[in-house]
Amino acid sequence: SLSLASPPAKTLETSRLASPPPPCPSRRAGIPSATHLTGRPPGAEAMVAELRRDDMAEEAGTIRDSVAFRLVERVLQSVRMEPFLIAPYDLEQYRMMVGTLDTSRTKNRDDEALYVTYLKALSEAVSKIDITYHHSLLNNIFAVRIWYLQRDTMVALLDLITRLAAVADQYLRECLQMLVNNFTPPIVERNEVPTWAVSRKKDIFSHLCGSLKTISDTVPLAPRMLRDIIDRSMPKLFDNKAKMISFVECMLGLDTDRMGDLIGAILLAKVVDLLTELDVNITWEDILQEEHDKGIFEMELEDLDADDDGDGFGQAGTKVCLGGNACAEKLDGLMVVVCEHLKSLDRQRLYKEFVILKTIFRASLLRVHRSKFAQFIMFYTCSLDPKTLGEGFAVFLTDIVTEKKEDPISRMSAVSYVGSYLSRARFISADTVVTILKKLVDWCVDYCDHQSKREATPIPNHQLFYATCQAVMYVLCFRLRSIMDYPNLKSDLFHMPFGFLFRHRLEPLKVCLPSIVNEFLRQAKDAGLVAAFVDPAAEDAIESDLSRTFGGINRLDMFFPFDPYLLKESDRYIRPNFEFWSMVKTTYSDDTDDDDDELEDLDAPEMNVGSLDDHVEIDINSDDDDLEYSMNKMSITPHHSFLHQMAMDSDGGLSMPARIRPSTSPPSRWAMSGESP
Amino acid sequence: MEALREATAELTVYVHPSNAADVRLAVSRQLSTLLFSYEDRFDGVLLSHEVEFEGDNEDVLDGLVPYFGVPVTANMLLFSPQPEMILEGKVEMLGKESIHAIVLGVFSAAIMADDIPEMFKFKRRGHGGKFISQSDKRHVIKKGSMIRFSVKRVDTEMNCHITGSLMPPHTGCMRWLSVHDAEYASEISSGKRKPRDHTKSEQKVQGRTTANREDSMVNSERPRKSRKRAVGE
Repeated sequence: SLSLASPPAKTLETSRLASPPPPCPSRRAGIPSATHLTGRPPGAEAMVAELRRDDMAEEAGTIRDSVAFRLVERVLQSVRMEPFLIAPYDLEQYRMMVGTLDTSRTKNRDDEALYVTYLKALSEAVSKIDITYHHSLLNNIFAVRIWYLQRDTMVALLDLITRLAAVADQYLRECLQMLVNNFTPPIVERNEVPTWAVSRKKDIFSHLCGSLKTISDTVPLAPRMLRDIIDRSMPKLFDNKAKMISFVECMLGLDTDRMGDLIGAILLAKVVDLLTELDVNITWEDILQEEHDKGIFEMELEDLDADDDGDGFGQAGTKVCLGGNACAEKLDGLMVVVCEHLKSLDRQRLYKEFVILKTIFRASLLRVHRSKFAQFIMFYTCSLDPKTLGEGFAVFLTDIVTEKKEDPISRMSAVSYVGSYLSRARFISADTVVTILKKLVDWCVDYCDHQSKREATPIPNHQLFYATCQAVMYVLCFRLRSIMDYPNLKSDLFHMPFGFLFRHRLEPLKVCLPSIVNEFLRQAKDAGLVAAFVDPAAEDAIESDLSRTFGGINRLDMFFPFDPYLLKESDRYIRPNFEFWSMVKTTYSDDTDDDDDELEDLDAPEMNVGSLDDHVEIDINSDDDDLEYSMNKMSITPHHSFLHQMAMDSDGGLSMPARIRPSTSPPSRWAMSGESP
Repeated sequence: MEALREATAELTVYVHPSNAADVRLAVSRQLSTLLFSYEDRFDGVLLSHEVEFEGDNEDVLDGLVPYFGVPVTANMLLFSPQPEMILEGKVEMLGKESIHAIVLGVFSAAIMADDIPEMFKFKRRGHGGKFISQSDKRHVIKKGSMIRFSVKRVDTEMNCHITGSLMPPHTGCMRWLSVHDAEYASEISSGKRKPRDHTKSEQKVQGRTTANREDSMVNSERPRKSRKRAVGE
């Protein structure tokens, strides 16, 4: 095993070795000493001396190379027989050569030069290498850890590997395996990558990827084998974090475009698989910081969310807790690598990878039950090009929802994604939101029409319908205010048949999550969207029986995939584009200058100012009353923080409880940003 | 390209019942798993296939494995290089001791120094190096050239790697040959190929019976090969 002292020493030597040895004063023309070929060949020192005496002009360089080549060729040939037939002298020569190629011993400068020469000579003599007779030689070549090599040596070695792979099928697998093994740097104490390795990483990766590309150019079917090798060598769940990150980084650097369809989307799919696996192994217990009341149905308010951008207590607290979990750390690191990779792509490649990612997403991520963070790669990709990719993703999700042929789980999951995505992605424009909402609402209306023709069926069959209605309401809670700013969008929105929907006998308002319904109604009333028909009594339904029986243990409607991101390192990629609830302007906006805001709303031409005036006032007043009333109505003690927040909240408005815990334990993902009240 | 040939085979493809809705697709997919691999049964590498169904008989295979067997007639395009055949490939990499070319964009071929005539000298200068013939300086083999070479050995175990030779006559860079090699030039202008002696390999094929293996998904009963040679390119 290589001593630790050597690598730094070697890097110092790089500069010396990189420059060629100084030209000797006396130039020797012709092949130096025919005795090399006929008589007893010189020992290693003499050989080196011979080589180094040569001039550095190209001719002499060629001569030197040809000398080395002939020597190597001769040695290889001489041992190409049954072991007992080999002359002991030849065996000695061979062993010496193999010894020079042994990288486990430290090399001085002379040895290094000899090593490089041998490598170059071997590159030319690849056809003379035999897999059986030159076994030990091949072993030494394939066992090399290129991280420890000088740059020139590395280049020479990689050239040899490339040629070996091209000359015959039998070496191909070994060559590819050797290259893939070098994706990970050497790990030393405390599972860290040594600093000298970190600085060389980029260079080494580019060389590795270059070699793999050359091999796949020369042997077009090689990527198929490479795919299997990478599959086997892929880091597993419990591998060392540094290794994992290094491997994935190098893997993503492979130019799969050039390698064609044989390898294509596989690599990206494997990375996503790894992300997903890490994701599902982060348990809620790791995330939860303290015990919360585990009531049947508790309302957890946005007080948790409000601290996101504020004093940061909640978020930081949670992040500290997450740090203890190894899987979370690894996922964090990998998300950074993946995001960096996506960021580095040019437009054309980004589009191609987006298409691949969509396929992968649909095949795996979409169907993972409550994945926590892995889906944010889609979020990030879309943020890189909002117009094309951002919209494209929204349309893609919507198509899954409305497509009859899709299976129910995918559709349910997709509708949760749509709702969460449109709400949380800042880069999605308002008109995209309205377009998508129109599609969803139209689908709901079609569904209702379809239902009217048939008899009433038990509620669980309408899961998707309720989920879609809820998603629509959820999106509007976040976006209503901004949509109102655009007159054309506003009129589009107002033309949507909400009245019909909400008055339908399926009664979505009663079944969907009350918190969302309440918030939505409140904002919508302020905006005048649903003023006419809503039954006041139904408004503040905290939880009807219907709502409670709907769902059960796997309440898919309570899955909000793009709730705030909690991984520390990779957060910086997500945060700029992420919409926190506390930042959302609602239609009843209660800021200090709220009076002006409300008046603005009211002054909007479509609004009937007069009738709403009273309405709004009543609303504010009755809100408090209703709140108390509703509080008393609840059969359980509200959450501690709820009261605390109410006391602190000078606004007087009810914050949007977008995060609800499911009616059964374990606590849901919204407990994630748990913090002490 | 001599090594390309069409063949017809009567096969039985075993399909899982879950694919019963779209049998055509299932059969197509099953055959596609064989693409670009050397198959002993076919004595070559499958490049493309086209299936025709014979009737609607789908027999259920009783026993432990409830797949049903679909008899199909497949028209296949096979690549089966034999020694002494002349192939054409595009040079991808050059070295003093070897030339690496790619045949049909898929198969790798290597020509070692021993099989390159003495008259070709390797010049390292310029973009990857090139081989220039001493007898005619215009005969150049460099990266991107199309060359004709004869097959020495085929390694069918993995990726059908071909070892070739430039020693036989009428081999070398195609561009040069089309101008300077009378025989080759007349060959390509008339659109015919010199008949090659393949009787040896024919007998080898017909004498063989294929075993019916339970675990293989494609069972060829007796590949009846109609050897239509691919004429021209």
